[in-house]
Amino acid sequence: MPFARHLMSRLSLLAVLAAGLGSTAAFAADPNLARNLAATCANCHGTDGHAQPGAMDVLAGQDKGMLLQKLNGFRDGSRPATIMHQIAKGYTPEQLDLITTYLAAQKREGK
Amino acid sequence: MTMQRRNFLKAAGIVSAASVTASLTGCASAPVPRKQAAGHVVVVGGGYGGATVAKYLRKWSEGGVRVTLVERNPTFISCPISNLILSGDKTLDDITVSYDGLKNRWGVKVIQDEAVAVDPVKRTLRLAQGGSLSYDRLVLSPGVDFLWSLVPALDAKESQEKILHAWKAGPQTVALRKQLESMKDGGVFAITIPKAPYRCPPGPYERASVVASYFKAHKPKSKVLILDANEDVISKKGLFTKAWSELYPNIVEYRPNHELIDVDVTNTTALFEFDKVRADVLNVVPPQRAGAIASAAGLKLVNNRWVDVDWLSLESTNTPGIHVLGDAIFPAPTMPKSGHMANQHAKLAAAAILNLLAGEAPNPNPVVMNTCYSFLSSTEACHVASIHQYDAEKKTVLPVPGSGGVSAVRSVAEAQFALGWAKNIWADALA
Repeated sequence: MPFARHLMSRLSLLAVLAAGLGSTAAFAADPNLARNLAATCANCHGTDGHAQPGAMDVLAGQDKGMLLQKLNGFRDGSRPATIMHQIAKGYTPEQLDLITTYLAAQKREGK
Repeated sequence: MTMQRRNFLKAAGIVSAASVTASLTGCASAPVPRKQAAGHVVVVGGGYGGATVAKYLRKWSEGGVRVTLVERNPTFISCPISNLILSGDKTLDDITVSYDGLKNRWGVKVIQDEAVAVDPVKRTLRLAQGGSLSYDRLVLSPGVDFLWSLVPALDAKESQEKILHAWKAGPQTVALRKQLESMKDGGVFAITIPKAPYRCPPGPYERASVVASYFKAHKPKSKVLILDANEDVISKKGLFTKAWSELYPNIVEYRPNHELIDVDVTNTTALFEFDKVRADVLNVVPPQRAGAIASAAGLKLVNNRWVDVDWLSLESTNTPGIHVLGDAIFPAPTMPKSGHMANQHAKLAAAAILNLLAGEAPNPNPVVMNTCYSFLSSTEACHVASIHQYDAEKKTVLPVPGSGGVSAVRSVAEAQFALGWAKNIWADALA
């Protein structure tokens, strides 16, 4: 029983990865890569993107395309920011793809 | 669909190869695709690093790994934001968070005690109150200890109650605020800064700034004197010096190359090789090293102060099974000792520990990032940010060229972000 549940969670993670990567398998090395990368956002934007009410944007359950568009705007300087223009440049496009896929897949409400 | 299935089979192939090589756990010879992490992890220290690793080990293992957290204090008190207690903008309550979230929501067993010794062979940890804990993996997040031997007159409890450090937030912070409140207008507040590396590089400059902000409003004839052992301001230099000259031109004075050699406690005087400075309120940020449990455990230290770690797992380079986080480690290039960084170390270590407990290798491509806000007055702040990616050749995490940086200008908006940062990181670690 626990094994079956475990397998299911693995499958869903792999689905997330596969969706994020298309046919490239270069980042399949660690199946939790997307989770690990997205966790680097949590200090400011909350665990799994569930920000506390206030100054920071909630990222959990947001549309992936919208998140990527914002991040790309920060990267190329077209979107004004106090700090995100510096942070977005620290990640590769592939990593931002994994991060936004993971965050978009989080349930919007609850914690 | 077929693509997902193909990727799954590919991943399963990788995994079964890995589980063959990792037979040390000794169970299951059947071709199990992936083992689930199980075991007992003991965490020492419930600050930014320890609290975060405890939560994420439980969260990411879906409760499969047992976690015990050993912490000497009854609650978490944040160092970041604590300087705002000195300016009168915040109280100790505002920066205190309970461990109830870790206990009740995440099922972490929290023990209020102090770790005194480690047996890395038997994998046991001895506690000050006499108990002992056995572990599969141990995480030490002990923060810093002060090197009082380098400030001999302060190597006594009574002197430390008079000349305060307030570099571990708590009663010392409140006591320093009281000293500032009772200081007469026209008095001098002097802060001494040790040579880098120390906990929170911009922290002393932030402290000088917000104390100056308090003086400007309430004791305008008073002075803030910064006595820095370093050759220059070591963090956010342009932003701090601009704030000092624009906001506090007659209050703040900065003196580099002032390495404290001792203090005269009776006369609240800081002693330097060629100089001595008397102050009405003297605040010593002492030289630091990794918390004592690190050397007690026999871990390899760099410069006899900081723990040498493997950047894929944050495991000690000489003692298998012991991972170290936060201010206690010898940092990767340009990496500051900050609460934010400790939280990032914690997630890197949690992911690695869960892989190792499942008989798999740690993630070969870890990334950590830092954001550090500093207040320049009660209402304005600035930041420094950096992103560090693993370099397989150099076996460390390195800042990404062209990324990161400091604020263009200090602003009210960034003061709001600083408080938002605090709320979110406290929740990320403890709620």
